[in-house]
Amino acid sequence: MKCEKCNKPATVHLTEIRSGKKIEKHLCQQCANESEGFPTKAHTPINELLTNFVLAHSGLAKEQAGACPQCGMTWGDFRTSGLLGCEHDYAFFDKDLTPLLQRAHDNATHHLGKVPTRCGGTSVPVKRQVDLNRLRKELSRAVEAEDYERAAKLRDQIRIAEGGAATSGTSTGDATPGGV
Amino acid sequence: MSEIVISSRIRLARNVAGFPFLTRCSRSARQSLEEKVRDTILAARLSPKTLYVDLESAPEIDRQLLVERHLISKPHKDAQGARGVAVGENETLAIMVNEEDHLRIQVLRSGLQLEEAWEQINAVDDQLEASLDFAFHPRFGYLTACPTNVGTGIRVSVMLHLPALKLTSEIEKVFRAAKEMRLAVRGLYGEGTEATGDFYQISNQSTLGKSEEEIIGDFKHTVIPKIIDYEHNARKALLSEHAVALDDKVWRALGLLRSARLMETEETLVALSHVRLGVNLNRVKNIDINKVNELFLLTQEAHLQKILGKKLEGDARRAARAEFIRQRLCAD
Repeated sequence: MKCEKCNKPATVHLTEIRSGKKIEKHLCQQCANESEGFPTKAHTPINELLTNFVLAHSGLAKEQAGACPQCGMTWGDFRTSGLLGCEHDYAFFDKDLTPLLQRAHDNATHHLGKVPTRCGGTSVPVKRQVDLNRLRKELSRAVEAEDYERAAKLRDQIRIAEGGAATSGTSTGDATPGGV
Repeated sequence: MSEIVISSRIRLARNVAGFPFLTRCSRSARQSLEEKVRDTILAARLSPKTLYVDLESAPEIDRQLLVERHLISKPHKDAQGARGVAVGENETLAIMVNEEDHLRIQVLRSGLQLEEAWEQINAVDDQLEASLDFAFHPRFGYLTACPTNVGTGIRVSVMLHLPALKLTSEIEKVFRAAKEMRLAVRGLYGEGTEATGDFYQISNQSTLGKSEEEIIGDFKHTVIPKIIDYEHNARKALLSEHAVALDDKVWRALGLLRSARLMETEETLVALSHVRLGVNLNRVKNIDINKVNELFLLTQEAHLQKILGKKLEGDARRAARAEFIRQRLCAD
């Protein structure tokens, strides 16, 4: 079938209903763009769409942006092997890794387990950080359960642990059962 | 070894800070890493006798022997480059060096002894950590080569013998229960292996966002009792409704083991599994359960060849296996 306007092969076929009357149009890509306001690349191939979809969610699009300065690993390398290259990759690929970690670990993103007793001589702040992770998890559970009393207490504890002052002057670091 | 729960295993994945993970380790870095870790392990005096096996130079049969004893993984056996395993405490402790992570510490206990295993492995981890800086991040926890192990780096596995659930075609229940708890079900030798001889390994999948105690608690209090219950019920059902069919399975298996002239590894495991069930349910008397339990291990290829003191392949190996089993089971 040829384009109604210029005789090139028609690739765009339109059916319109105007005042109850069916109008069919057969146009080439260029005439369709001009007369119907179609974007120049009206039909993005499905594989491109899908790749773009994956890219947008996996960070592959940013691959060129970086290889880990420590080990040279790129996100693409990781996608291929499933293994990271060094300890610094976790911080380096943080944004891309987080959704992956959530899928693998039941939505978790923060460590709540053992802390090394000596971690480059910084074990105390590390321990505090992991305690904070735990308090935050408990807080979100309390909010979910609509236990706002407990949530308020936890929020205070978090502020204290973060080094800030608690809003309610009565709260201490300990959660006293039935205390409020 | 209890009737249903064969063993409990806990492993921790650890990496030494300052060294790249093994995918990015040069040959020489890998070598010096192995030396460093090996020396630390041996100096830490983790047990009165700690044996270190250099797997790069160990012969194939020794490596296979270690796999059969669950002391190393199959990938570790087949890998290339500097790597090893330290074995201590009567083989209840094994530390793989340069597997997927720099260290894979494992404690193996018979029956359901998860808390004891955790206590032991936690102490070993502390001892090693006194001399090694492990890669750790306050948010991500212990950093591992594969993000599926990050956080606690813990894998808790319980090995179960579930022949009745298999015979009654109810094994799906186990898969369902495991799936609900986000646990994985694997075969006798872990990841990627078939459930031969009705042995199933249940292990946790997520390692982040829960403490080690919580992960162990889920196993001990929720999933394992449930599966044990299913198996008990299936055993009861077999006894009350299908006793003849059950006896037929058990005695056929025993007949095979006592008469066959060529035995494959897999058919041996299947037959031993049925005999084990028969002995457990008192359908077969005069057979020592320990002898049956031992045969599961001793009929494996490397063990068999080591015991007989010669390299055996093909029919010669199958014939030797059949003879070995006949001697063991007919001597009663």
